Amino acid sequence: MRLNPKRSHARRCAVVFLAAWTVAAAQSPSPPLDSIDQRVQPCMVCHGKEGRATSDGYYPRIAGKPAGYLFNQLINFRNGHRHFPMMTYLVERQSDAYLQEMADYFARQDLPYPPPQALSVPPAVLARGEQLVMEGDASQRIPACRSCHGARLVGVAPAVPSLLGLPRDYLMAQIGAWKNGTRRAAAPDCMAEVAKDLSPADVNAVASWLATQPVPENAKADAEFAEPPPRQCGSIPDHTSTSAP
Amino acid sequence: MRKGLIAGVVLIALVAVLIWFMRPDDVQTGEAPPPLSAAPQNVIEHGRALVNLADCQPCHTARGGAPFAGGRAIPTPFGVFYSPNITPDPDTGIGAWSAEDFWRALHNGYSRDGRPLYPTFPYTNYTKISRRDALAMFEYLKTVPAVRQPRREHELRFPYDQRMLLVAWRRLFFRPGVYQPDPHQSPEWNRGAYLVQGVAHCSACHEARNALGAIQSSTNPAGGLVLNWYAPALTSSREAGLQHWSEADIVSLLQTGRIGMSAPDEPHAATLGPMAEVVYESLQHADPNELRAMATYLKSLPDVEFSAEPRRMRISSAGLAGTMKRGAKLYADHCARCHGDNGEGKAPAGPPLAGNRAVTMSSAVNPIRIVLYGGYPPGTAGNPRPFGMPPFSPTLTDGEIAAVITYIRRSWNNNAQPVSSTEVARNRTGPLW
Ligand code: HEC
Ligand code: HEC
Ligand code: HEC
Ligand code: HEC
Ligand code: HEC
Repeated sequence: MRLNPKRSHARRCAVVFLAAWTVAAAQSPSPPLDSIDQRVQPCMVCHGKEGRATSDGYYPRIAGKPAGYLFNQLINFRNGHRHFPMMTYLVERQSDAYLQEMADYFARQDLPYPPPQALSVPPAVLARGEQLVMEGDASQRIPACRSCHGARLVGVAPAVPSLLGLPRDYLMAQIGAWKNGTRRAAAPDCMAEVAKDLSPADVNAVASWLATQPVPENAKADAEFAEPPPRQCGSIPDHTSTSAP
Repeated sequence: MRKGLIAGVVLIALVAVLIWFMRPDDVQTGEAPPPLSAAPQNVIEHGRALVNLADCQPCHTARGGAPFAGGRAIPTPFGVFYSPNITPDPDTGIGAWSAEDFWRALHNGYSRDGRPLYPTFPYTNYTKISRRDALAMFEYLKTVPAVRQPRREHELRFPYDQRMLLVAWRRLFFRPGVYQPDPHQSPEWNRGAYLVQGVAHCSACHEARNALGAIQSSTNPAGGLVLNWYAPALTSSREAGLQHWSEADIVSLLQTGRIGMSAPDEPHAATLGPMAEVVYESLQHADPNELRAMATYLKSLPDVEFSAEPRRMRISSAGLAGTMKRGAKLYADHCARCHGDNGEGKAPAGPPLAGNRAVTMSSAVNPIRIVLYGGYPPGTAGNPRPFGMPPFSPTLTDGEIAAVITYIRRSWNNNAQPVSSTEVARNRTGPLW
């Protein structure tokens, strides 16, 4: 691309001035134009301002999730391991380096969470959900969700995501997608194994309980596992020799 | 309905018989105009470069699937085609094919067993490829990993699912023949013509097709509807024509997928949708000299002043004034922060919409799809961190989208036809590409 340095500097000054002026005029501040903030503007339509989706819709929150996890998901959309056509369309012709930059950007965001969803769910269902999340169910071969997602359920860096602050519909859809094979993670896909062993009633129970939990004050993912995860997960680095496809 | 179709089919058959006798001979010989850089000596490297420019891989690869193993869905007005496996697997791919079989497919559009092939496989362009080049492509394809993956049957509507109708179709619309250089033109021009018309098959998308899926004529100035998008005409500077661009700008657009806003005298264009794929998968990897030759040829295309059939909406001037007012408000709320208060753009993050032919061209399909689904130009070596356009389908209604597009098409000296909400609604369904 041909650049005229003098001209473009003058233009940039004009642009900065213009940006400053529109910031003052608009109700919400606009990011500087030549920035990663500006480059991820298209994402905000669905993932909320700065990727902080509210918990009542379907769109998942991405702000503050571990960077490795977010990057893996962008790759999964690009190569067809996850399906949501508009998501795929936005990332399918971008380089790994650029997707990593986007993932890092959203991982850096440290924003307050919305209050949990208010759902009317029978107490017995919530109790079953809590049991599965905190202890698992050995009779059904279901490990405790917290054994991988962290004691506080806020995820473990760099590749295991938080389970809190997500809408129930989204949680159910994700577990359902693993059950029917439309969502896949790097092999061995431990989440697929966990999902296959959950009955539809149990999926509803865990999703309902998780969606109604408040997010703790410090929601940054744990730096490491308290104990090694109960199964092999291809997406967790150093935990297995199998690398992402 | 059915009766009409059958009558149509009979008619085609009759015409075909007539044309049978008037058919010119196939031209199988002739050398490709030489590339401007010395062609690779190694036949496999030579084949690899051509296969890349011909874009075989993306069309023959499913998302996340093995390269060339087929299974990609190609939506068309006739139904969905699934590309077959062209890896060297002997049972499910083309591992058992001879060089002659491959030549017949690329040059004549016949499968190994003699079945005529659908022109979704753009052999109507590839027929211009020389035998030497075609066989180099075959040598390269023999080196890609063989993958066992049976073909998936096409899902076509009647009567298009009747493959034998292709016999008539071919008589009517298909003229096999290797490219014959024009002695009055320069070597660059001839190389460019060979690539644009043949290998890179630009016209497969960029020319209008008739109701039977045939490109209407080489001088037809209208662009074509492909994959739910409108591929604007390369023969009109009001659409995608590059007649008035510098050669360097053309090369830059084809290589990086986007141009503009870095210098005041630069033209602006961004590739999105199917064209972004062509750039990302194929053109960005091409030898710049090949792109330069294409530019020479593209600049020489006639610049046809055409107004495609007037797509006038019946709309009262009061109705239009109301739409423009709603559109202006929507524009200020949702678009101005990136495209400027007066459509002047905000370098480098938002292109100008005033005087932008992607906005003003007669077909409104692309602006509608861009506002509905947003999108980033391809992330290429020359433009590795593109800015993106947000999708508005989750937040705006069809009526709102029609109003804001009508507004950008009719403000700041833009002078295009308004857009209706039905037209927006039509684009809400179907694959995105
Ligand atoms: C049209 C709405 C939309 C837009 C725009 C959008 N997304 Fe998404 N995104 C979704 C939906 C819906 C999902 C969940 C899809 C599913 O069901 O798996 C998702 C999922 C994700 C995930 C995985 C989240 C998780 O917790 O597993 C990431 C990461 C992501 N998006 C990043 C992005 C980035 C980066 C952009 C901008 C380039 C973007 N999205 C733009 C709708 C959108
Ligand atoms: C053996 C470890 C392990 C266990 C046990 C486990 N998970 Fe996961 N889970 C993962 C990993 C790893 C991922 C990230 C997968 C990826 O990269 O797509 C994940 C992702 C998820 C996601 C996707 C989150 C999002 O934002 O899209 C959900 C939902 C989920 N797990 C729910 C559960 C539930 C509910 C349980 C308990 C019933 C559970 N998991 C138990 C390892 C585990
Ligand atoms: C626009 C998409 C597209 C592109 C580009 C494309 N093909 Fe195909 N190809 C198809 C489709 C669809 C078919 C199936 C046609 C049919 O069933 O009649 C096909 C059929 C074929 C066949 C016949 C296979 C058989 O079993 O009969 C061969 C060989 C082939 N393509 C090779 C190539 C090569 C080589 C290239 C690049 C020079 C290429 N194709 C580019 C879509 C494409
Ligand atoms: C698969 C179909 C397809 C093929 C093949 C294709 N194009 Fe395009 N092209 C499109 C579509 C659709 C658009 C409109 C969207 C856009 O502007 O990016 C377009 C737009 C363009 C534009 C206008 C960009 C602008 O915004 O002004 C140019 C120039 C162009 N194509 C040139 C070419 C050339 C040269 C070739 C051959 C190397 C080619 N195209 C091959 C589909 C195609
Ligand atoms: C976050 C910034 C942003 C916002 C907001 C935005 N756009 Fe865009 N728009 C872009 C970018 C970036 C492109 C991609 C083209 C490029 O790279 O030059 C684009 C492309 C377009 C195009 C195609 C132009 C071309 O040259 O290919 C149209 C039409 C368009 N936008 C209309 C709108 C309308 C109408 C709105 C409001 C409803 C809007 N845009 C809001 C950033 C934005």
